Amino acid sequence: MSGASVSLRSVGKSFAGRTVLNGVDLDIAAGQFVSIIGPSGAGKSTLLRLVAGLDAPSRGRIELRATGHKADVRLMFQEDRLLPWRTVLGNVLLGVKGRKGDAGRILDAVGLQGRESEFPVGLSGGQRQRVALARALIHEPDLLLLDEPFGALDAITRAAMQLLLEQLLVARPRTVVLVTHDVEEALLLSDRVLLVKDGGIARDLIFDQPRPRHRSDPALATLKEELLDGLLTAERDLAAVA
Amino acid sequence: MTVVADVSRLSKAAGLHQRGLAWRSVVLPWFLPLGLLLVWQFLSATGIVSTAIVPAPSDIWDAARQLAKRGELQHDILVSLRRVAIGFSIGALSGLLFGLAVGLFELLHDLFDRSLQMIRTIPHLALVPLMILWFGIGEEPRLILVAMGSLFPVYINTVGGIRNVDPKLIELGRSYGLGRAELVWSIILPAALQPILVGMRYALGVAWLTLVVGETIASRDGVGYLVQNARELLRIDIIVLAIILYAIAGWLSDLVTRLIERRLLRWHPSYADRVKA
Ligand SMILES: Nc1ncnc2c1ncn2[C@@H]1O[C@H](COP(=O)(O)OP(=O)(O)OP(=O)(O)O)[C@@H](O)[C@H]1O
Ligand SMILES: [Mg+2]
Repeated sequence: MSGASVSLRSVGKSFAGRTVLNGVDLDIAAGQFVSIIGPSGAGKSTLLRLVAGLDAPSRGRIELRATGHKADVRLMFQEDRLLPWRTVLGNVLLGVKGRKGDAGRILDAVGLQGRESEFPVGLSGGQRQRVALARALIHEPDLLLLDEPFGALDAITRAAMQLLLEQLLVARPRTVVLVTHDVEEALLLSDRVLLVKDGGIARDLIFDQPRPRHRSDPALATLKEELLDGLLTAERDLAAVA
Repeated sequence: MTVVADVSRLSKAAGLHQRGLAWRSVVLPWFLPLGLLLVWQFLSATGIVSTAIVPAPSDIWDAARQLAKRGELQHDILVSLRRVAIGFSIGALSGLLFGLAVGLFELLHDLFDRSLQMIRTIPHLALVPLMILWFGIGEEPRLILVAMGSLFPVYINTVGGIRNVDPKLIELGRSYGLGRAELVWSIILPAALQPILVGMRYALGVAWLTLVVGETIASRDGVGYLVQNARELLRIDIIVLAIILYAIAGWLSDLVTRLIERRLLRWHPSYADRVKA
């Protein structure tokens, strides 16, 4: 399997004395597709930023390993972070050294063909998000971190983007960590689903259903119920704290 | 059916509204100045306002034509334009270079910024007597003054613009593999462009103001000299003419910088017409 493997050893993160993550142990194998779900504010984005190396953990150790070279990581941020002074194409090509020819193909794939020369100011929220997705995908990193990449999309575009992501991964397998609020999305796409709450990983489900998967699959439905239950208790706990 | 009819009527109204807006933004701003000019001419012609205090617009026009016939007007305008152009270019360019250096390099910031901020608090026009003592009434003191006046607005806005770049975008650049030089070129400079241009526009205003003072105090030509001379000859019409010339010059330079801004910042939400690059 190609891609980077990730290992976290009793990782913790605090901001100004407030602990967000505590004692997280996690091993992600190369090529695994992991989804992270959890209530808002649970620390999902924080976890991704730690893995991406954008923030240092307050405690513990994080290691990325790729075969033969330094692991190349790309994080698609929760906000689109498009550069307003660059066109759609210019944004996608940010930091791209070779492979400039791929940009057209990827923009086609995310449904933005013909808009390459527009500035982000004229794009809708969903279009901006797709530009950011294209920008993360074009690098073909060993480890792809996606923070709610489809949050601003309508159901149809969302399904199309999920399919696109699956196809890209079949063509070029790599490790992916996807943060999502959509349990069904997590189950459709991933080999493993993590539920983050109370500063740690509350559930860790391996899910090796054959692909392509269907929303109507009974196994998927059962797991969805279970995970939603987990989320609901988490929300209830939050409410109790507040 | 009613809904459809409503929609079409709405869009027609929108079209009218658009045309109305174009008409309004082009023609309407001229109403007040032209109206004032007419009233002014009327008041002077009927003798309600003595032309010994304020000359009539037609008198000023005549004065301009006389001066133009002798070639004086063109000469003085060109001399003044040249001074602003040279002084502003030197000042704005140095301000930009200093600003870039201090904004981009922490070491230079710690070394220079405090001193430059202190120099900035000296009103540059207070240096006029010193300049005249040092340089006489040659060309240098005026150019130096104009340059000094233009330097600081550009400097401060450049430093501020660079230091206030959204850290999220810098983080994005870093994590997408940009090197230091690429980061500056692709993210920091474009993000700082708007404040830099604002500084330039402001500096241009200061440049004109400085020139007026510089030329009025010590000069042998230029629009300021025109005023100086006219005051000695009690030619109020020429004085008012010079004031109008300064006003036009200021307005024109503002217009040009606005056009440049609009072009360079066409991606910016406040300028974008949602057009293609
Ligand atoms: N830079 C920071 N400084 C201080 N607190 C922070 C910082 N980043 C995150 N936090 C805090 O950490 C907690 C977790 O934030 P995080 O963004 O990881 O949540 P999340 O699970 O991604 O939530 P959401 O689903 O809403 O995106 C929040 O309480 C947040 O206030
Ligand atoms: Mg988040």
